[in-house]
Amino acid sequence: MKTVGVLALQGDFYLHARRLEEIGVRAPLVKKPEALFQCDALVMPGGESTTLVKLMRNIGLYEAIPEFAREKPVFGTCAGAILLSKGVRNHPVAALGLIDIDIERNAYGTQIDSFTDDIDLALPDFPEAQQVRGVFIRAPRIVRVGEAVRKVGFHRGEVVMVQSGNILAATFHPEVAETRLIHRYFVEKMVPAPLA
Amino acid sequence: MALERIPADIRATGGVARMSDPLLIKEIQNTVSIPVMAKCRIGHFAEAQILESLKVDFIDESEVLTPADEEFHIDKWPFKAPFVCGCRNLGEALRRIAEGAAMLRTKGEAGTGNVIEAVRHMRQINKEIRQATQMGNEELVGFAKNIGAPVELVRYVKENGKLPVPNFAAGGIATPADASLMMQLGAESVFVGSGIYKSQDPPARAKAIVQATTHYNDPDIVARASEGLKEAMKGMEISEIPEDQLLQKRGW
Repeated sequence: MKTVGVLALQGDFYLHARRLEEIGVRAPLVKKPEALFQCDALVMPGGESTTLVKLMRNIGLYEAIPEFAREKPVFGTCAGAILLSKGVRNHPVAALGLIDIDIERNAYGTQIDSFTDDIDLALPDFPEAQQVRGVFIRAPRIVRVGEAVRKVGFHRGEVVMVQSGNILAATFHPEVAETRLIHRYFVEKMVPAPLA
Repeated sequence: MALERIPADIRATGGVARMSDPLLIKEIQNTVSIPVMAKCRIGHFAEAQILESLKVDFIDESEVLTPADEEFHIDKWPFKAPFVCGCRNLGEALRRIAEGAAMLRTKGEAGTGNVIEAVRHMRQINKEIRQATQMGNEELVGFAKNIGAPVELVRYVKENGKLPVPNFAAGGIATPADASLMMQLGAESVFVGSGIYKSQDPPARAKAIVQATTHYNDPDIVARASEGLKEAMKGMEISEIPEDQLLQKRGW
């Protein structure tokens, strides 16, 4: 069985863990580096990126996650996507720079500007997922996409999900909508089966 | 959280406590990247409308401010901004949800630095949730009547073993251990105001309480976070507060 850890310092980690368990994956909550290195992959949930960076630094995960990501897949959603990015245009935060995109934080406004809408998908080798509902909560926007980065999700033509090698990043919350398609894509197509 | 004075000072100075000056709220919003919450008085829907027009991320309809309406809380459904409200038991929690609250918190006893009331409220809610889950369907209407809550929400609690919205701990939290305690009792997070600002070294204490909340079930980390924090808020014995000055009695 694959083990996909969920970064559980702050934010929406329970729903991510539930979605992963629903598709038959072990989904331990990761609060320390020791727990991280027991996993085959990591999900970095939405939350608040300034806070997440502080909490990651305090416990050593800020250094551990890039080391982990050298070999293992990582999927970041909302604040998780901010942390994976290379550059943050406004409200600078010390992102990890694991995927070549730049991000604008809180790009759609405050909490009351949050919304739910359709996401058009272009996931490689995953034709069963054409469209999902995406929940945008104080969401960031991808303002630059590096050449080697593949655009795999769009909201009204604007790129909202990207993949580069073993890193997947989405600016919305796939775990809040009932769909499990994006978690399935990550687990089935990006996470290799563990050696027995 | 934006409020004109922290609860300990409201308690000490008396007078009518109201929503903060919009200018102060705007300055806070322009300074931080994290979500900003602001308090309005119980029943004061015009203050809530102002907070929504300022685009605060959450509105706390709070007993810490002087209530504007003894009979009614705000009808929260017409608002797009999510509300958090205080509660002491399951009935009060479900009444606020029925009015449209998106989140709850224990009332505790704000501004005292004494966690006992928050513990009492959290344990009471947990106990009543457990009771509901054990009930037969025929018992639900009577139970709903007794606790003064809509029966459909009681049915939800019976079937799911939890509230339909997140519940936080607030009112009297002053140490990292207090935060860990409330998290272990089932809070999804904690609100701390006076407990930080009335301590000797607020920045260090704030950091430590955040650490203890994240790692609440790891005593080694909570212990390290608790080290050398200088003095905590002095705090108050609840029984020494005159009955009519208890903030938790505001609202119903």
